[in-house]
Amino acid sequence: MATSGARAATAAALRSSSQRDRVIHITFVSMMIMALTAALLGLASLIIFMIAEGGGRLEWGLLTEAPSTIDPGRAGFRTAILGTLYVIGGVIVLIIPLGVGAAVYLEEYANPARWWNRLIELNIQNLAGVPSIVFGILGLAFIVRGPIGIGFVAAAGSLTLALLVLPTVILAAREAIRAVPSSISDGSLALGATQWQTIRRQVLPAAFPGILTGIILAIARAIGEAAPLLLVGAVTFVTFNPKFLSDGYSTLPVMIYQYSNRPQDEFRVLAAAGVVVMLILVLLMNSFAVWLRDRFEQTW
Amino acid sequence: MSEPVAADSTTEISQRIIAKEMPTGTEDSLTSISPTGRPRETVISVTDLSVYYGSFQAVDKVSFPVYEKQITALIGPSGCGKSTVLRCFNRMNDLIPSAVVEGVIEYHGVDLYGENVDPVEVRRRIGMVFQKPNPFPKSIYDNVAFGPTVLGYKGDMDELVEETLRKAALWDEVKDKLDESGMAISGGQQQRLCIARAIATSPDVVLMDEPCSSLDPISTLRIEELMLDLKEDYSIIIVTHNMQQAARVSDHTAFFNVKSEIDGQRTGYLVEYSQTRELFTSPKQKLTEDYITGRFG
Repeated sequence: MATSGARAATAAALRSSSQRDRVIHITFVSMMIMALTAALLGLASLIIFMIAEGGGRLEWGLLTEAPSTIDPGRAGFRTAILGTLYVIGGVIVLIIPLGVGAAVYLEEYANPARWWNRLIELNIQNLAGVPSIVFGILGLAFIVRGPIGIGFVAAAGSLTLALLVLPTVILAAREAIRAVPSSISDGSLALGATQWQTIRRQVLPAAFPGILTGIILAIARAIGEAAPLLLVGAVTFVTFNPKFLSDGYSTLPVMIYQYSNRPQDEFRVLAAAGVVVMLILVLLMNSFAVWLRDRFEQTW
Repeated sequence: MSEPVAADSTTEISQRIIAKEMPTGTEDSLTSISPTGRPRETVISVTDLSVYYGSFQAVDKVSFPVYEKQITALIGPSGCGKSTVLRCFNRMNDLIPSAVVEGVIEYHGVDLYGENVDPVEVRRRIGMVFQKPNPFPKSIYDNVAFGPTVLGYKGDMDELVEETLRKAALWDEVKDKLDESGMAISGGQQQRLCIARAIATSPDVVLMDEPCSSLDPISTLRIEELMLDLKEDYSIIIVTHNMQQAARVSDHTAFFNVKSEIDGQRTGYLVEYSQTRELFTSPKQKLTEDYITGRFG
């Protein structure tokens, strides 16, 4: 009677909103799905094309044979893979202490009121946007020649790429450190821990997943860089295994580029196979890093 | 104490607290005279303490003593500088760049803000429990062990952790899950964990900044009960919004209030300081009486 009328009125009021709202909702969701599809299609088509082109060429010889411009049937990527591993290894060794150290200094020790600290901050943010070829020129002028002058070696490639990705690492590490609640560091300091003890034992462990993300992003970018490395010596066509501080070197992206420049069809197929090898390598490294990050994930 | 862990009712815990407050025999723990008849030692003495944040004066010329192994409560309305004063005792205001501390705070006769005083050493002797429980994102064991570890404790850590958790009335509840995260326990247990963490380093004084304000009534009473046990070993200074709490647990009370300056600044100052029983039954200042009877605040 009266209550059933009230109930019907409430039910009507609580029912989902007008037709128009529903249409807007569906349209919006469809647009988002289309955007996602477009992005995934681009990525998928790239991978599928590469596998189609180079998949038939995949064999263990790609990893063990030295490159060759004469016989594409027996050419491989061994020296380039080693070169990539050396260069990226050097980058990792450099960016972890430098990047995390700079971030810790800027977040924990630097007084933001001082003008030079603000200048440093501005510079780092700008550097993150500088085109990579500029770092190649920098590397050529100061690392290969100039004051450091170590020549066209793999270490030069490491240094150049490290400079390139360092701003990314510093930015990500700073965000991660900032995300640690101050209640944690307050609690630690109130117990009589020094600032360094607090950073080492509380802040950095808590910020570890975020810092690792920054390092992953940096490495992912560095692996694929070809332009700056062309200027610091990776363009040499090496058929011998590279060393870190002497001889020439080459890296996977550069080698792919060189093979793709050759007129014969077989080299194009070889280049595509190289792309597939590189994708697998990147996938493996990223998976390892994501697994590592998940292991240390904290929930607040 | 090894009380059973089953859910105590509010009345049961209140009765235990009252029983502890009114000891039988000749001992009167509510005065500044210890049972042996000698006056209790002053562990901290505050003289003309003023605190500024930049040009804003938060606290104006506060003076009062803190007696050893007693509970001193700082009460007053919001914004009267109680927490600011509390944070001066363990030099936590040093972490705020614009904070300026004037006046003298003496700890066992030594000026805490003297030139040769290292704030880290001060904090090792004067511990703090914060308003919102802040356990570290580590295991319960590591939470308690953190303080002794960074201070270089070389003894049996397992024993120290167990002893500390027993003192904090938490051992029975967590002894089977010492490896679990300190954040996976309830709010009241987290705060008792933070208290355990603070006393693990055997401090002299424990500062508590509204330790129960984010807890339910039963957890609050359990922590009050804990405080009465702890005061046998530590001097406690507690900031609280809860007047009844101050009346229940403290031996001495300092009542703060806010005054408005001409330029609109609100500065805290000390209205009255005396033994708790006196302050709550026969306050000397009218303001005190108005506050404790609930006419403002």
